[in-house]
Amino acid sequence: MTEYINTLFTEVYKILFLLIPVLVAVAMIVWLDRRVWAFVQKRRGPNVVGPFGLFQSLADALKYMFKEIIIPASANKIIFILAPIVTMTLALISWAVIPFSENFVLANINVGILYLFAVSSLGVYGIIMGGWASNSKYPFLGAIRSAAQMVSYEVSIGVIIINVLLCTGSLNLTDIVLAQENLWFIIPLFPMFVIFFISALAETNRPPFDLPEAEAELVAGYQTEYSGMMYAMFWLGEYANILLMCSMGSILFLGGWLSPVDIYPFTLIPAPLWFIFKILLLFILFSLVKAIVPRYRYDQLMKLGWKIFLPLSLSWVVITSSYLYYFNLLPAN
Amino acid sequence: MKISRILKTILLIDFLNALFLAIKESFNTKKTINYPFEKGKISPRFRGEHALRRYPNGEERCIACKLCEAVCPAQAITIESTEREDGSRKTTRYDIDMLKCIYCGLCEESCPVDAIVQGPNFEFSTETREELYYNKEKLLDNGDRWESLLAANIKADNPYR
Repeated sequence: MTEYINTLFTEVYKILFLLIPVLVAVAMIVWLDRRVWAFVQKRRGPNVVGPFGLFQSLADALKYMFKEIIIPASANKIIFILAPIVTMTLALISWAVIPFSENFVLANINVGILYLFAVSSLGVYGIIMGGWASNSKYPFLGAIRSAAQMVSYEVSIGVIIINVLLCTGSLNLTDIVLAQENLWFIIPLFPMFVIFFISALAETNRPPFDLPEAEAELVAGYQTEYSGMMYAMFWLGEYANILLMCSMGSILFLGGWLSPVDIYPFTLIPAPLWFIFKILLLFILFSLVKAIVPRYRYDQLMKLGWKIFLPLSLSWVVITSSYLYYFNLLPAN
Repeated sequence: MKISRILKTILLIDFLNALFLAIKESFNTKKTINYPFEKGKISPRFRGEHALRRYPNGEERCIACKLCEAVCPAQAITIESTEREDGSRKTTRYDIDMLKCIYCGLCEESCPVDAIVQGPNFEFSTETREELYYNKEKLLDNGDRWESLLAANIKADNPYR
């Protein structure tokens, strides 16, 4: 019995040790996003609360907590409340399998990448539930758009993951990173990295693919009827998802926690810091893209997903596998 | 489509150009200011919060001619006057409804003695509507508080009137 309780507490402790930094990181990343966006537009961005405005997100969170939660009279109350909870939970549970260094991972499961993929696919449910339960036209349209969009881009992300898996021969995220010790996959699979990045933008509803919340047409999409802490949870889930996509990109293509070169001054920096550095780099790219591109039209978005990315990544699977087979480089089990 | 155009699309040339431009521009000087801490320059003619001025000896300038009340397009000004013991006509009541006011500056222009002016202050928001119904006391108080700036602004604008 004591042993059982002991294990339970260690696990809870580990989870908190992972979740609290992730939540803080999400708050910081929102600040970074707004800051980068402002800098590109020659504005100053949030710079008043705390040093460089670092605590702006915390102040915002505090504001959201004290705001009234309004539930529309015609809304389906249970699903309406459940939707932001689902979104945020799904965005956070994926972090369980992300390896920060060789032994620093909450659950080192053998089907890590499959788990990540499955959970990020489930993420669309939060949005559909929110849009449907609001019982109002803009959230409904936003939810439909986002469902179609996320499903289409998940297909190409899945095929891109197959490319990486062909090179590693393992679904375990730690093994995937260790397979890149000699050569990061961004070099042989560069086109796949570009497609992954663009698909990740679409998957997380970021500009230029932010059609589900296109403010000019749909007010705020599926978030229109939400207010107070429930809105904040959607927003936290969204940014946690973006962070997750960035970490997925750095694990699959940028060698996770590995330093770029294995020589003295670089090896001094601890592995998790390299990982965080890579995530930040990808995230800054995310925010820069938000600042420079106009929004896609919906048919263009669908065309890009199904007619360009899917055939391209599928043919790349053929190229990769035939190359590996021909030169006898297939990873042995 | 031309081949060069296709290549441009595939290699994301335009996108990369925009990306480098964005990175370059983000290190440039900012075009905005830290508003509550530093403020933009405003013209001497700026039409902000109203004030009633006094002569240097402390006497109110306003002679209750009611030109401002007459000219006010929003009918925001209400004046009542009486004859004082020394025979001069002075206001007993001078109210401006700052919620009706459209800040056109006609009251300032119509005033023959430069009594009612619109000063450089634009930060007078309040928490209730009632606080924005200005009376004579509040307007004279404004005049006393901003007098140095008001006088300087009128002097600076004088050659163009």
